[in-house]
Amino acid sequence: MAPVREVDAAEITEAVRALVAEINYRVPPEMVAAVRRARERERSALGRQVLDLLLRNQELAAEGIYPYCQDTGSTVVFVDLGQDVHVVGAGLQEAVDEGVRRGTREAYLRSSIVADPLFARRNTGDNTPAFLHVRIVPGDRVRIQVDAKGGGSENKSRHAMLRPADGVEGVKAFVLKAVAEAGPDACPPGIVGVGVGGNFEVVAELAKRALLRDVGAPNPDPEVARLEAELLERCNALGIGPQSLGGTQTVLAVHVETMPTHIASLPVAVNIECHAHRTGTRVI
Amino acid sequence: MPVEVLEDGRKRIRAPLSDEDVRLLSAGDVVLVSGAVYAARDAAHKRLIELLDAGRELPFDPVGQIVYYVGPTPERPGRPIGSAGPTTASRMDPYTPRLLEVGLKGIIGKGGRGPSVRRALEAHTAVYMAALGGGGALAALQIRAQRVIAFEELGPEAVRELEIEDLPVWVVDDCRGRDLYAEAIRPWRRNELLPEGLRIGEGS
Repeated sequence: MAPVREVDAAEITEAVRALVAEINYRVPPEMVAAVRRARERERSALGRQVLDLLLRNQELAAEGIYPYCQDTGSTVVFVDLGQDVHVVGAGLQEAVDEGVRRGTREAYLRSSIVADPLFARRNTGDNTPAFLHVRIVPGDRVRIQVDAKGGGSENKSRHAMLRPADGVEGVKAFVLKAVAEAGPDACPPGIVGVGVGGNFEVVAELAKRALLRDVGAPNPDPEVARLEAELLERCNALGIGPQSLGGTQTVLAVHVETMPTHIASLPVAVNIECHAHRTGTRVI
Repeated sequence: MPVEVLEDGRKRIRAPLSDEDVRLLSAGDVVLVSGAVYAARDAAHKRLIELLDAGRELPFDPVGQIVYYVGPTPERPGRPIGSAGPTTASRMDPYTPRLLEVGLKGIIGKGGRGPSVRRALEAHTAVYMAALGGGGALAALQIRAQRVIAFEELGPEAVRELEIEDLPVWVVDDCRGRDLYAEAIRPWRRNELLPEGLRIGEGS
């Protein structure tokens, strides 16, 4: 029997604190590369000007004074918890939230969470709680990925239960419509995360996980990778362009993830991410 | 002068704006906004409308003024403000016509506006402009000072008076019903790659 490894909740808190503080100032290097690539490819002069501004915004944020975007996001935390790990000292949600609280305060981030959605909508004042997703996996490690998710692009995300008869063409049409309707509101150019399969609640999480893949890395399944390439070209055919001022670079990458589903179902979810793509990972 | 035309064609504006000033601004213009603007977003708008409904005064006189849809990050010591880019404007659509009725002349946000707002901009001779969405760090450099003037308990959503200098924006919806986004996208859309319903410009 594998020995149980104890992990102090304080280590999880510290990892989340550090990630929250860092990612809001430094977008991942592959995101910097993706915006540079878009700058090379964009055929609209105005679009190129906008992309230059985004590159300057990346550089300015990396100086560590001003976060990349004033919407420093809801904190989405994916934990892969090794089944040989025993977390001690605090509950997992509590440990993660304490990390969010500290990171938000120390890095001068915005508190963007209200305690109840319907009535008082009182701001919690420390950007907690995090939206926590946990998977129990083999091993004795704790992998923590944090995503600072902007509300503007999240609001433009879409979800549907298509019919199997709608097929892959139905999925393509749904994705294109979602990107078209997001238009200027989701701060293009961004990333499109698509989940297909599973069921009603699982497909939305699948779409979010798709977003968190390295920007532009294709799905390992060649058939899905071809679908990603086609969707990227066709999303860009919408002509929305950087900041919706017209152009060829509306979307930097389309990531599609699939999973098994019911014989009656074809669930699809489109999670849209703006150019303020802020994510990072630590392993304990 | 509320509207100044610069040599390179850009325009610099400073509130208060009159109808005549607003008419000088057209969809697609690059405008540098200077002077005082009022920061207000979702929760603040709800309260502003509640004040109007109750027949009470707003925390600022809206006549001729500019509202900026922004909820900044907290300022670091020695800095006037944190990141301060625009938030999505369409969420304020339910409130906007009412503020235009009482004299608001300019709005800065990002993203598109619904038909009711575009009609109200025409009816009340006002203008909607977009700042660089997601460019919060760059926007911070154009803000010189901030002062919370109402609803402090709303935190990032409190109403602030901002003193700004040359914040660059694009005129999106002008007072003549023109919409920059619709015009800008049209030439780049490749209908042949798109399903029915997403094709534009054919005979329209």
